[in-house]
Amino acid sequence: MAGQMAEQFLQSRYRRRQRRNTLATTLALAATALGLGWLVLILGALLWQGFSGLSLAVFTEMTPPPGSAGGLLNPIVGSLMLTALAIVIGTPIGILAGTYMAEYGRYDVLTTVVRFINDILLSAPSIVVGLFIYEIMVAPMGHFSGFAGGVALAVLVIPVVVRTTEDMLTLVPNALREAATSIGLPRSLAITRICYRAARAGMVTGVLLAVARISGETAPLLFTSLNNQFWSTNLNAPISSLPVVIFQFALSPYKDWQALAWTGALIITMAVLALSITARALVATGKQS
Amino acid sequence: MDSSRGQSVADIALQERALIAPAAGRRAKVLDRLRLGDAAFRQLTRAAAIGVLVLLSAVIISLIRGSIPALKTFGFGFLFSERWNPVTEIFGALPAVYGTVITSFIAMLFAVPIGLMIAFFLTELCPQWLRRPIGIAIELLAGIPSIIYGIWGLFVFAPFLQETLQPFLIDTLGNVPFIGPVFGGPPYGIGMLTAGLILAIMVLPFITSISRDVFEAVPPVLKEAAYGIGCTKWEVTRNVVLPYARVGVIGGIMLALGRALGETMAVTFVIGNAHRISASLLAPGTTISATIANEFTEAVGDLYTSALIALGLILFVITFIVLAIARYLLLRIERRIG
Repeated sequence: MAGQMAEQFLQSRYRRRQRRNTLATTLALAATALGLGWLVLILGALLWQGFSGLSLAVFTEMTPPPGSAGGLLNPIVGSLMLTALAIVIGTPIGILAGTYMAEYGRYDVLTTVVRFINDILLSAPSIVVGLFIYEIMVAPMGHFSGFAGGVALAVLVIPVVVRTTEDMLTLVPNALREAATSIGLPRSLAITRICYRAARAGMVTGVLLAVARISGETAPLLFTSLNNQFWSTNLNAPISSLPVVIFQFALSPYKDWQALAWTGALIITMAVLALSITARALVATGKQS
Repeated sequence: MDSSRGQSVADIALQERALIAPAAGRRAKVLDRLRLGDAAFRQLTRAAAIGVLVLLSAVIISLIRGSIPALKTFGFGFLFSERWNPVTEIFGALPAVYGTVITSFIAMLFAVPIGLMIAFFLTELCPQWLRRPIGIAIELLAGIPSIIYGIWGLFVFAPFLQETLQPFLIDTLGNVPFIGPVFGGPPYGIGMLTAGLILAIMVLPFITSISRDVFEAVPPVLKEAAYGIGCTKWEVTRNVVLPYARVGVIGGIMLALGRALGETMAVTFVIGNAHRISASLLAPGTTISATIANEFTEAVGDLYTSALIALGLILFVITFIVLAIARYLLLRIERRIG
């Protein structure tokens, strides 16, 4: 009798545990489907809304006044210029700082502090960077400018490059450094000629990720490079950029502007996805070799 | 310094000339140059590393300097005042801070359980060959720029919520005593709830990828022992993996929270930008970052600009604290994994 009851008790307990496991498994599956579904939903909406507007005119014509046809040439060129400027400013600083952390000061207190601060900068709100550049560049200069926009983006580039450079240089085997030193190569040459070469794929990945990160950034550009309706490649004046144009056009009441905003959004997303997939592929081949 | 160390390179540098004139003076010159270059490079990298610290300090200092006029005028009341009136130049941060906290809270409410469940799926349930593709796809969500979430939220997600979820919430929960006002009012589509949900999608990848990494770092012996005594997959994750990875998971959650608090563009599109505190989650509101993004270029007068920069300072301080805690926790688990 007692044995039977115990048996029953164990049985029901076992079934309850099984049920709970099934429930959790189902929920996990549902959560994953939700996450993937969302990616599909967003990409689908982008393709649906943006693809119809995609034409040659988008890449050859200027942004139109409301109610007429046009393209996105000036914001595309502006975005490319701002991105290039940010990479040119941010990459050397990032690589040098990462080099110090991985090579000279791997066990320094300074490195620990810089790593901590860098990781915080990595996720710091980008709109605050915009305010910062406004304070130190736009306000003293008295006008909005492409330079300010580029520097604001560079501030976002630096932490990404620092992080990947340090990680990748740390992975370079010490035997390489020892070999370089044993033939009498000075430390600086050992780093630039040997370690950089060994870590090249990873470091390029860092730069690609940085480009991906900044190419959709809007918040730091709103009050640094502002916007420009007209063709301008003057970095000392307000300059148009894709994200800011998308922001302005999407929130406007005009249908053509909204359509152009969708097309711009599609272009940016495709560029960013292509960059991040390339970066991943680079890391994968780097790991194999 | 031992001169023989630099010998071979100095010789290479001299190479041809060394054959003609093995002058000791020239060799020494080359060595000196190398030594100088070495020291210069070292100092250059050091300066760049210190530059990162200078950058952060400069951000803080410039924000403090910019917000002095507003803080002088309103004092600590700035934090607790609900009024935001550019015409009479009376500014208070409370509605923006409130909106920032509430939208981030909604985001974490959804993103944490979903993110953890995806990590559970990826580490325990998913077939090996599918793990990488699914992991990458989830991480791609993190790569999509926030302005894309904004435009999608405004044109697709908000109208969808306006027609489905919001009327449903108003009809069912809107009349329940106590919590009724939270779901009251007309369905605008845009508002705090919509912004919170969009934020949840945006921070989901951070929680998932960090949780997955720390789940995978749990020693297999522990899991095998649990499976060995007959635990189910859920029990192993719930009672062995999760407690072991706790610190890292919390670090990931804090990191995601830091992102949610500072997120700008996606929120700006769908929050409605109304400077008031409403009981209803369906009502439009504002956040710190949305206020700055919407009003900064149009701000006339030093006090208005300064009030917006002061908002930025508040945001920066909050996110700095949250991110610092996140990094500290993640550092701890990194050390343990070694």
